[in-house]
Amino acid sequence: MLAVHQSRINYVLHLADNALIIGHRNSEWCGHGPVLEQDIAITNIALDLIGQARNFYQYAAELIGNNTTEDTLAYLRDEREFKNCLLAEQPNSDWAITILRQFFFSTYQYFFYQKLQYSNDVQLSAIAEKALKEVTYHLRWSSEWAIRLGDGTEDSHQRMIKAIDNLWMFTGELFLAVNYEKIGVNEGYGVDISLIKNDWMKKVTDAFEEATLALPPDDVWMQRGGKEGIHSEYLGHILAEMQYLQRAYPGAQW
Amino acid sequence: MVTIKIISEKNIWDLLETIVDPEVPVLNIVDLGIVRKVDMHDGKISIIITPTYTGCPAMDVIKLDMYTKLLENGITNFEINTILSPAWTTDWMSKAGKKKLKKYGIAPPPAQQSICTPDAFQKEEAVQCPHCNSYRTILISRFGSTACKALYKCEDCREPFEYFKCH
Repeated sequence: MLAVHQSRINYVLHLADNALIIGHRNSEWCGHGPVLEQDIAITNIALDLIGQARNFYQYAAELIGNNTTEDTLAYLRDEREFKNCLLAEQPNSDWAITILRQFFFSTYQYFFYQKLQYSNDVQLSAIAEKALKEVTYHLRWSSEWAIRLGDGTEDSHQRMIKAIDNLWMFTGELFLAVNYEKIGVNEGYGVDISLIKNDWMKKVTDAFEEATLALPPDDVWMQRGGKEGIHSEYLGHILAEMQYLQRAYPGAQW
Repeated sequence: MVTIKIISEKNIWDLLETIVDPEVPVLNIVDLGIVRKVDMHDGKISIIITPTYTGCPAMDVIKLDMYTKLLENGITNFEINTILSPAWTTDWMSKAGKKKLKKYGIAPPPAQQSICTPDAFQKEEAVQCPHCNSYRTILISRFGSTACKALYKCEDCREPFEYFKCH
C-alpha cells in the first residue's frame, strides 16, 4: 500500500518537475528574447507552465502531508530527486533550440494531457483538462515558429538542423515508461505513454516536412534517466540558481 | 441593541461584484466568470472560484481581496475553494463585462466561443478594433501583457490594442 502511494507521489512529481524545469528555462529568456513580441510569448508560456507545475506540486504536497508545500518541493529537493525528462532541462542556447525544445515538448504535452483528462484520479484529470487549453495554444505558436525558422533563411534553416542534432536524442525518453509510470497505468490514473508516440511522431513529421527539415535516422541513440533522477550536467546549474534564495535564507518571503 | 443582519446569497454576489481583476480593473470577478458558485448551508457560506489561466498571478490577489471584502462586511463564516474543472472559458464572461472591456480599449472575446486548435498558420479570427470598429486588424503577437490576451493592430485607425484571446 505504501509503495503504491509513493508511486502516485512520484508520478505527480514527475509531471510537476517537467513543467517547472522547462518553464524555468523559458523564463530565462525574460528580457533577452530576439524581438519584444517573442520575448513576451516565451515568458507567457513559462508562466502557464509554472502554473501547471504549481497545481501538480500542490497536489503532491497534499499526498505527502507532513507540512510539505509546493515551495518545499520546488526549492528544497536535490537534483537526484527531480524527475523531469532530460529534454526539459536542456539549455536555451540558440533561439532555434528553444523553439524546437518547446515544439517537441508542447506536442508531447498536447497528446499526454488529452489522455490524462480521463485519469481516474480526479485531481490529475482536472489539471489536465485545464492545462490542455493552454498547451494547445503553445503548440500552435511553437509549431509555427519551427516551420518559419526551418523554411526561413539559409541561416535559420542551418540553426534548426543544429537544434535537431542537439535535441533529438532526448525525445526517446518521453515515451519510455519507468516504474512509477507503469504502476500509474495499472492503477488507472496514469497515461500509457507508448500509445502517444505515434501521434507525436506524426505531428513532428508533418511540421518538419513543411519546414523542409529532415527527420533524423531511426537508429539515433536515445538518452534516458531524467525521470529516475539521473540528469544531464545542466539540472544542477538550474537548481543552483532557482533554489539559491530559499537555501541561503530559508523561508524568505517578499 | 444588536442588529442581526441576515445575509443572503444575493448579498454575497453583490459584494463579489465590487472586487475587480487587478490586471484588468474594468472587470469585476463576476463579469469575468471566475466566481462559479455561492452556496449557503446552515449559515456557512461556500464560494467556488476557478482561475482563467493556471499561472495567472492575479488569482492570489483576487483571493486575498475576497477575504478582505467579506471580513470588512462582517462575514466570517465562509470558505473559498478553487476548482479547475470545468475549465474556464471566455464564454463565461458576461455580456456586460464584454461591453466594459471594449469601452476600456480591449477587444472582448467574440459572442460565439472560439475554440483553439493546435494547427499552425490557420486563418485568424476576425477581431474588431475596439477604437474604430474596423475589422481590418492584424495579429502582432499571440501573447500579450497578461496570460489572457493577444496583441493586435488596427489597419484603419493604426492603433495597437489587446484582445482577449481564444480559450
